[in-house]
Amino acid sequence: MRITQGTFSFLPDLTPAQVRAQVQYCLDQGWAVSVEHTDDPHPRNTYWEMWGPPMFDLRDAAGVVGEIDGCRNTFPTRYVRVNAFDSTRGWETVRLSFIVQRPPVEDGFRLERTEGPGRTQRYAMQHRQYSAG
Amino acid sequence: MGADAAIGQIKDAKKRYAAGVLKYAQMGYWDGDYQPKDTDVLGLFRITPQDGVDPVEAAAAVAGESSTATWTVVWTDRLTAADMYRAKAYKVEPVPGQPGQYFCWVAYDLDLFEEGSIANLTASIIGNVFSFKPLKACRLEDMRLPVAYVKTFRGPPTGIVVERERLDKFGRPLLGATTKPKLGLSGKNYGRVVYEGLKGGLDFVKDDENINSQPFMHWRDRFLYCMEAVNKAQAETGEVKGHYLNITAGTMEEMYRRAEFAKDLGSVVVMVDLIVGWTAIQSISNWCRENDMLLHMHRAGHGTYTRQKGHGISFRVIAKWLRLAGVDHLHTGTAVGKLEGDPMTVQGYYNVCRETVTKTDYTRGIFFDQDWAGLRKVMPVASGGIHAGQMHQLIDLFGEDVVLQFGGGTIGHPDGIQAGAIANRVALETMILARNEGRDIKNEGPEILIEAAKWCSPLRAALDTWGEVTFNYASTDTSDFVPTASVA
Repeated sequence: MRITQGTFSFLPDLTPAQVRAQVQYCLDQGWAVSVEHTDDPHPRNTYWEMWGPPMFDLRDAAGVVGEIDGCRNTFPTRYVRVNAFDSTRGWETVRLSFIVQRPPVEDGFRLERTEGPGRTQRYAMQHRQYSAG
Repeated sequence: MGADAAIGQIKDAKKRYAAGVLKYAQMGYWDGDYQPKDTDVLGLFRITPQDGVDPVEAAAAVAGESSTATWTVVWTDRLTAADMYRAKAYKVEPVPGQPGQYFCWVAYDLDLFEEGSIANLTASIIGNVFSFKPLKACRLEDMRLPVAYVKTFRGPPTGIVVERERLDKFGRPLLGATTKPKLGLSGKNYGRVVYEGLKGGLDFVKDDENINSQPFMHWRDRFLYCMEAVNKAQAETGEVKGHYLNITAGTMEEMYRRAEFAKDLGSVVVMVDLIVGWTAIQSISNWCRENDMLLHMHRAGHGTYTRQKGHGISFRVIAKWLRLAGVDHLHTGTAVGKLEGDPMTVQGYYNVCRETVTKTDYTRGIFFDQDWAGLRKVMPVASGGIHAGQMHQLIDLFGEDVVLQFGGGTIGHPDGIQAGAIANRVALETMILARNEGRDIKNEGPEILIEAAKWCSPLRAALDTWGEVTFNYASTDTSDFVPTASVA
């Protein structure tokens, strides 16, 4: 399955030129770009590992692309995403976040159900690889 | 417009308070020299005085009837700081291009209002005055809420920023759909529509305004099946999903009961309709704040008093009150869809919902600067007769902080609901990608969609089915400061 987190997951994987254009857009807005990676794409796994802090003073997309490539080369089978942070009052949050690398095979999730009172169910998402056996 | 000196306030207290009837301006509800204080609540009314009624006296009457006045002089005024409590009409101008109509500006002292109560605010501002006989018609066009008053409200329980963080969705409009048909589906069939839409690529599916607990589907059944659909779709996509569970009910007790059940089932969002009333909205907003729940507001009923320019309340005022009262999502119009909405007027509503400070902008119907004092932002919702082929127009008009809801445009897709959702999501992401790349989506939009449709057959089918559909009718509620045309 293809995990559809991030801004552009329904599009074909972005080409290097497309990634660079999005990074440049973020920099042009005055946002700080960062790179993160994980092997656990559970949607409630908020804190992916940081590939360094956000690049606050970088104004050229080439530098960010270099960091993205560095992260991908080090972790070729992990999910890698690019985030852009806006420090403007009233925002102070991520304004764009998109996946730039996926593992060769995406395991996806299996929904576990536990009977609750009445007809309710308790739901939990398990990684397929853990529950497949 | 200068006041007729003959009807200015009578300064001599003995004459002013002699028993009998005076004109409102004579009683002190008109002061053409008044300088509004930063702490005043300001109202802008569009009035149509009866034939022969002086516009300044009509404006004074609006100020009087929406604050302390009654039809005759009462000596008990003299027991109070009446000069302060009297609202003051301070400016009257003819409405451009609308003979017989006048804009009148009224200032209200902050002490007239109870803190944190929209019910109290509205009981004054729209209480008696709209039925006042000397006016043929009256419309509340806009308000300025002073920072001192704004700070007495809690505002949206979640707001745009926290909603996005909680849902882990950034940089693009959120995508939704309303389950159709809105009435008649069983719980099990209803949940099927929810699952198909969410798995296909929607972020949210929505109960419609009038789906509560009817013979064909009781509310608990709907909640259970919808949450099964939400959780299953989350597992299938690895993405956070939601369904607006409509908890609108006949009593507050029942609304809380339904809200608690939604929370127990793990829903991220509940929904109420505008018709539940201001006090109920503020109460459920507090509940949402205590329970980390998004509050979706469907503006059911507003068209009865917002649509006609001559009489009623502009939706921009309703939007301001709802931001104070505290909702996270608010239906604010599409401009291009099936429901009333002049594009610039609708943009004005969006600005009211989303900006930190809303600046005066007559062309968008905004008559005052409004500082929101750090109150969280409301996510506007565009819903009603929109389809994938309009994606460039929607993003050009409204930007990315909006929920775009394609109900028929998802569920009516020729290849099924999932295909409908895919078409909309691909159209949306394609357009954001292109906009960020610097392309002129307003003009190149159709071409951008056609390019994407080459590799996305559901989008191709959507464009083939609805590409030419427009709702190009003249709007009734437009700014009188610019000639505006409808879109497309």
